[in-house]
Amino acid sequence: MMRRFFILLLATTSALVACSEEATQGTPEVGEDSVAVGVLQSLTGTMAISEITVKNAEMLAIEEINASGGVLAKEIVAFVEDGASEPSIFAQKASKLIGDSGVVTVFGGWTSASRKAMLPVFERTGNLLWYPVQFEGNECSSNIMYSGAQPNQQILPALNWAAQEDYKTYFLIGSDYVFPRTANLILKKHIEDKGLETVGEAYVPLGGTDFSGVLSKIQSAGPDIIFNTLNGDSNVAFFKQLKATGASFDDMPVMSFSIGEQEARAMGADLVAGSYAAWNYFQSLDTPQNAAFIAAYQKKFGEDAAITDPMVHGYLNVYAWKAAAEAAGNFDPEAVRAAAVALGSIDTPMGKVSFASNQSLVQTAYIGKLNGEGQFDIIADSGGDITPQPYDALTFPGRSCAP
Amino acid sequence: MDFALFVNQLFNGLSVASLYLLAALGLSLSFGLMRVINMAHGEMLMLGGYLAFLTLQIVPSPISIFAAMVFAFLGAAFVGALIQSTLVRRLTDRPLDTLLATWGVSLILQQLARDVFGPIGVEVRAPDWLNQSIQITSGFLSGVTIPSARLFILLVTAAVLAALALVIAKTRLGLLTRATNQDRMMAAASGIPVKRIDLIVFCLGSGIAGLAGVILALLGPVTPSVGQSYIVPAFLVVVMGGLGSIFGTTVSALILGLISALSQIFVDVSAAQMLILVFVILFLQVRPQGVVAPQSRTLDF
Repeated sequence: MMRRFFILLLATTSALVACSEEATQGTPEVGEDSVAVGVLQSLTGTMAISEITVKNAEMLAIEEINASGGVLAKEIVAFVEDGASEPSIFAQKASKLIGDSGVVTVFGGWTSASRKAMLPVFERTGNLLWYPVQFEGNECSSNIMYSGAQPNQQILPALNWAAQEDYKTYFLIGSDYVFPRTANLILKKHIEDKGLETVGEAYVPLGGTDFSGVLSKIQSAGPDIIFNTLNGDSNVAFFKQLKATGASFDDMPVMSFSIGEQEARAMGADLVAGSYAAWNYFQSLDTPQNAAFIAAYQKKFGEDAAITDPMVHGYLNVYAWKAAAEAAGNFDPEAVRAAAVALGSIDTPMGKVSFASNQSLVQTAYIGKLNGEGQFDIIADSGGDITPQPYDALTFPGRSCAP
Repeated sequence: MDFALFVNQLFNGLSVASLYLLAALGLSLSFGLMRVINMAHGEMLMLGGYLAFLTLQIVPSPISIFAAMVFAFLGAAFVGALIQSTLVRRLTDRPLDTLLATWGVSLILQQLARDVFGPIGVEVRAPDWLNQSIQITSGFLSGVTIPSARLFILLVTAAVLAALALVIAKTRLGLLTRATNQDRMMAAASGIPVKRIDLIVFCLGSGIAGLAGVILALLGPVTPSVGQSYIVPAFLVVVMGGLGSIFGTTVSALILGLISALSQIFVDVSAAQMLILVFVILFLQVRPQGVVAPQSRTLDF
């Protein structure tokens, strides 16, 4: 009896010890000569496919900076949290990072829903979020650095290109949520303004796979070009069913705003070859900085890893934060923010970029055409840097960011 | 209204209806017979899709889609047998527990697929003869486009339906199934092996869902959660069709498919889905027993 009891006690104690060991292993140590930052992306759930690679890029930047001496002579300690593709979890984890882990800044977010959920947390705590993805604009928080494209840096340059190429009629298709709806609202205004015509508009629920009705509408409308703001898996179903109707990209091209190198590869390069996309970065961008970045990333994460626009934005966010902290001389979010917008241009894989006073990135837009290898051949660019405009003047007149 | 658009949508409605029907038949069968709501039914679709993917990886030939259909049917039927014999059979008298348990199975299967095939969907490439379309360019039907993949779906569904009707109406198995369906206790008393009938019917239903998975794979990506997006319409079809009636299920699939497609001429897909829900609710107000009312004493026990 006694022996049994002791065995049980022993087992329980060792289990407890094992548990606590595991717990301490999971928490990085923040000492005198280190500084804590948060990395908050979806590592599970439907967005994991896109966000894990952004996390990888952010971690790569942190590692590189640490290897070359850190920031202000401090080593960066990264607390990685999983947003689980769920806006409420993003908000929770942001609170946890700032409150419990004491991070000085956070890199992360992807969907607009996740950003909107985290925004109150950052405003309440006065912390700073570095957001890496293109979005619909219409937001201007002093606690967020928006490095992804504003509408006038991705969607409108694509429209300008299409207008130049003499496409007269447009069909807009998107997933049914805030980004596509807002993007298309802006597009419609500008299409009308240019004297062109929107011949149809259709939305499919996020993750929807039945495009029969949408395709019938497209066929009967017969647009010159389709502008596609679908997100996620829906794209595969859309392109598959579009191909099955016998449509060819030569007669009716598709311009996508959420398909990057990685998505193209996951969808099967053959399926989407010949379609267009607009981004601020393509893996095929031919600069020495980009070549170095691609080499470093592929060395760490696999030789044929695809590189996308949001990954580069995540990567450059970390470097921009480093430069801003060094300019400010400390890690105070307020001081870093002020320094970041006054930084001037920084060298990145996508070329020289700088933050404007509205905390968005000044950057160039590119139009690419997908080739059979899942890479984009760059066929046009905006001809120079574009100043970010969070509020489109034509669609939302009279609104602007308060300085 | 554009006439070609209307005809196109009519055809699309039929093809959507056949997908709903394939997904719903298994549910309807097992619900009619065992009063079991199988929440893992959608995962049989997913399984079928992945089996099609594997088959086409191993034997890439224009006609291996037929081999894929055989494998998907057998594979899903086998997993169905496992679920029925290990779980559903033991919970027959506790319908709510079956609901929860099969939901758990559904989550487990989804996670398994995620671990084995990754969270990103895999793509099943339709053979070239399915990647074409018939376009009518002249006459009063000018502008009508019929993708051959969708025509194929219609044919497969018709074949499955005919085969199933034949089995139910003409074979000994069908006779025993109908007997069990009408009065389980009486059937058991007259020596019909009701447990074995349950198992066979459950397998058959799962197999048909596996077949539906192959068809789905021709239209979209196969993802771990692909079954989820078809299970809700399938439930609606079963509920509206009346309990366990194949005829009722067919009619209600047709009605819902056509409503979905025709309403999409005027509204977005999201709104069309809402309209379907509203329609089913109203329909059940007027006709709570569904399209086909059970004429036997099925509900007496």
